[in-house]
Amino acid sequence: MSILKAADVGISFGGVKAVDGVSFSVSPGQILSIIGPNGAGKTTLFNIVSGVYTAGRGTIHLAGEDVTGMAPHRLAARGLSRTFQNLQIFQRMTACENVMVGRHLREKCSLFPALFRLPSVTHQNRETRAAALDLLAYVGLKDVADVPAGSLPYGACKRLEIARALAAEPRVLLLDEPAAGCNAVETEEIDHLIRQVADRGVAVVLVEHDMKLVMKISDRILVLDRGRPLAEGTPREVRDDPKVLEAYLGQHGAREAARA
Amino acid sequence: MRALMNQRFLTLAVLAVVIGILPFVFPSSYYFRVASLVWVSALAAIGLNILMGQAGQVSLGHAAFFGIGAYAVAIGPVHLGIPSWAALLLGAGLSALLAFLVGRPILRLKGHYLAIATLGLGVLVALVITTESRWTGGPDGMPVERLTLFGWRVSGSYTWYWVTGGLLLIGTWIALNLDDTPTGRAFRALHDSEVAAQVVGVDVARFKLQAFVIAAVYASLAGSALAFMNGFINPDQAGFLHSVELVTIVVLGGLGSVVGSIVGAAVLITLPQVLTVFHEYEHLLLGLIIIVSMIFMRSGIVPTLSSLFLRKARS
Amino acid sequence: MAEFLQFLISGLTVGAVYALVALGFTLIYNASGVVNFAQGEFVMLGGMVTVFASALGVPLPLAALVAIVVAMVIGLLLHRLAIEPARGASAVTLIIITIGASILLRGLAAIVFDKQFHKLPAFTGDTPVDLLGAAIQPQSFWVLGGAAVVVLALYVFLEHTLLGKAVLATAANRLAARLVGINTTTIMALAFGGSAAIGAIAGILVTPITLTSYDVGTLLALKGFAAAMLGGMGNPVGAVVGGLLLGLLEAFGAGYLSSTYKDAFAFLVILIVLFAAPQGLFGRRVVERV
Repeated sequence: MSILKAADVGISFGGVKAVDGVSFSVSPGQILSIIGPNGAGKTTLFNIVSGVYTAGRGTIHLAGEDVTGMAPHRLAARGLSRTFQNLQIFQRMTACENVMVGRHLREKCSLFPALFRLPSVTHQNRETRAAALDLLAYVGLKDVADVPAGSLPYGACKRLEIARALAAEPRVLLLDEPAAGCNAVETEEIDHLIRQVADRGVAVVLVEHDMKLVMKISDRILVLDRGRPLAEGTPREVRDDPKVLEAYLGQHGAREAARA
Repeated sequence: MRALMNQRFLTLAVLAVVIGILPFVFPSSYYFRVASLVWVSALAAIGLNILMGQAGQVSLGHAAFFGIGAYAVAIGPVHLGIPSWAALLLGAGLSALLAFLVGRPILRLKGHYLAIATLGLGVLVALVITTESRWTGGPDGMPVERLTLFGWRVSGSYTWYWVTGGLLLIGTWIALNLDDTPTGRAFRALHDSEVAAQVVGVDVARFKLQAFVIAAVYASLAGSALAFMNGFINPDQAGFLHSVELVTIVVLGGLGSVVGSIVGAAVLITLPQVLTVFHEYEHLLLGLIIIVSMIFMRSGIVPTLSSLFLRKARS
Repeated sequence: MAEFLQFLISGLTVGAVYALVALGFTLIYNASGVVNFAQGEFVMLGGMVTVFASALGVPLPLAALVAIVVAMVIGLLLHRLAIEPARGASAVTLIIITIGASILLRGLAAIVFDKQFHKLPAFTGDTPVDLLGAAIQPQSFWVLGGAAVVVLALYVFLEHTLLGKAVLATAANRLAARLVGINTTTIMALAFGGSAAIGAIAGILVTPITLTSYDVGTLLALKGFAAAMLGGMGNPVGAVVGGLLLGLLEAFGAGYLSSTYKDAFAFLVILIVLFAAPQGLFGRRVVERV
């Protein structure tokens, strides 16, 4: 039973079809990777699914409900969370506060208790902070909990984004290039992290350029090329698909690879 | 967490001590009047700082709400026959309502478009106040009846010093409270990245609106206080230049710093008083001081100085 | 019909001035990303310097030239002494700096000149021209013609000179412009000087109609900013159209609806336009890339 299902999704910018007729679905506990050359429309697809862009055509269903064109914060309330390719951390807040914002939907957020700092607010704050610290420990950032996020190194920010997304306790997690710019050790850590998240029953959709990582952890792979779906299947099926090789390496390269 | 709490109490304690001690060194009632003016301006600036510094939304028309608060307590008792304290609440309510109604479409705008829209709102309110002279006395302004609370007639610069000082303490307390709550965090989050705030479930439009309404109520209450204190009010209080003054206080003191807004108000309100000895050079110097301090302390007086101290303390 | 024509011409005349101020805003904004609230002060300087120079016996054309040069020097100084040292500061900090500059220039003008209202004689007499029953001040034609010449000159400069193209390149992408060898600091100085000159010209042209004093700049800056936003910030064509539109709105609003709320129409329409089209009339819709 799929929890997230996109059917025939498309969007154009000034006549250019950035995403055109893409469908996919993902079940709880499953890892679906979306790959493709630069400009294939992977991030744009993420932006449509997470409600940042409004799709020009097609539908998106989340847990059986039609959520096409729904605002991002309402999608989040229905259990969809994501990270960003170009980091979108809250620079001026501490690492811990970043994750605490991730708990937003789990908190009671009425204005007047906040203004007068009623005991309920203090109590809830303590709980949220504890939960945030747990998550920071989970991604290995406990030591920098009270450091302003803007001064953290790149790899730490990537993990901070994952922690923040997890803080919302999502049912579907979209990860946009979580391993980009990370070294081999960090990539390994992120690999474990994603596997663990999926094992808890979260459906993970992954956009990633690191093929080793993708081939290793994906249950299924969707290949996009110039906005259109090119192939879909298990890692093995996709790897052996000549169309995929061609899209990545060009015709000449594909012949070379076939000969090799 | 504990450090944060302590910092909050420390700030409030220092502020209370300053407000309590100043009367012992003030030689004349003139000083009480200027200090009250600082407290009132700081109150409005702290509210605006929640909108600008926390939520990151600029408003170049905020004096409109200051004006609504001021004129509510002037018009209420005279034209509507309601007691002064009720007029004060009415003004705050009207300001909140106006902010609530126009906030949603206005706060969809970004950057300079938001600036011109809020500026336009401010100009419109000021124009209505200036034009509807049957109610407001027009460009010349109108007198304000003294505030009476439970039979106590609140008047005199000494009394108003304490009243405005108390208001500032409460306003500071509330603003500091907000910082470490889900609401305060949502404000700061949408300031840094709207899209990231949205995808973790923050209803960005709702929180921008909340910040706008809070800022409007702060300004309105400050306006009412000033009107009672002066016993007279004119449209300048709602005008563009007053909006600019409020923004300048916030930025000069430090965006996002509650203490900054108080320091900014102290500097920008007392400076012209000091500069009057230079007579005609007053504006020239005021402009010069604003330019120079923004160049050398671009993140504002309090953040710049505190990071300087921290660096000193560390080395 | 005569009444309509009267409002039309007076609206276009005022609108031409707003258009020039908006054009000055746009030029500086495009080159440096700064919203210059001291733009109205250039208009004030244009009028005031001309008034005082001609009071000293300088012939009007020469006095006007002096005024333009003075405004340009102030514009360059503003860039060199206030904007350049604050490079990299946030947009709102830079706005406060230009507001400080505007207060300073107003204070300076009050000292160097005075706080009185001043008038310039109309360039070619005060006898109204009869145009289909509407009485038009000859100075209106000077304003419209002058504004047209300035817009045309700016267009030729931007589209047909190498330096102009460098300005456009800087506006499109400052970093990329620097990478291809454009000295963006010079371009920014040029923008401040140029927009000061444009402001001064507007001030000289309009002073015979509206009078001038040390503090006329604030309202003009507001209207110019509004016009620039109405057209869509950063778009020179939008600035001119926005300015003319704003002038017409005011003239017809004041003529047919209510003269006391003359200034309100402009801002009311801006709010409505922005609610409907958050990027202004000619602004491009930008897609946020995340």
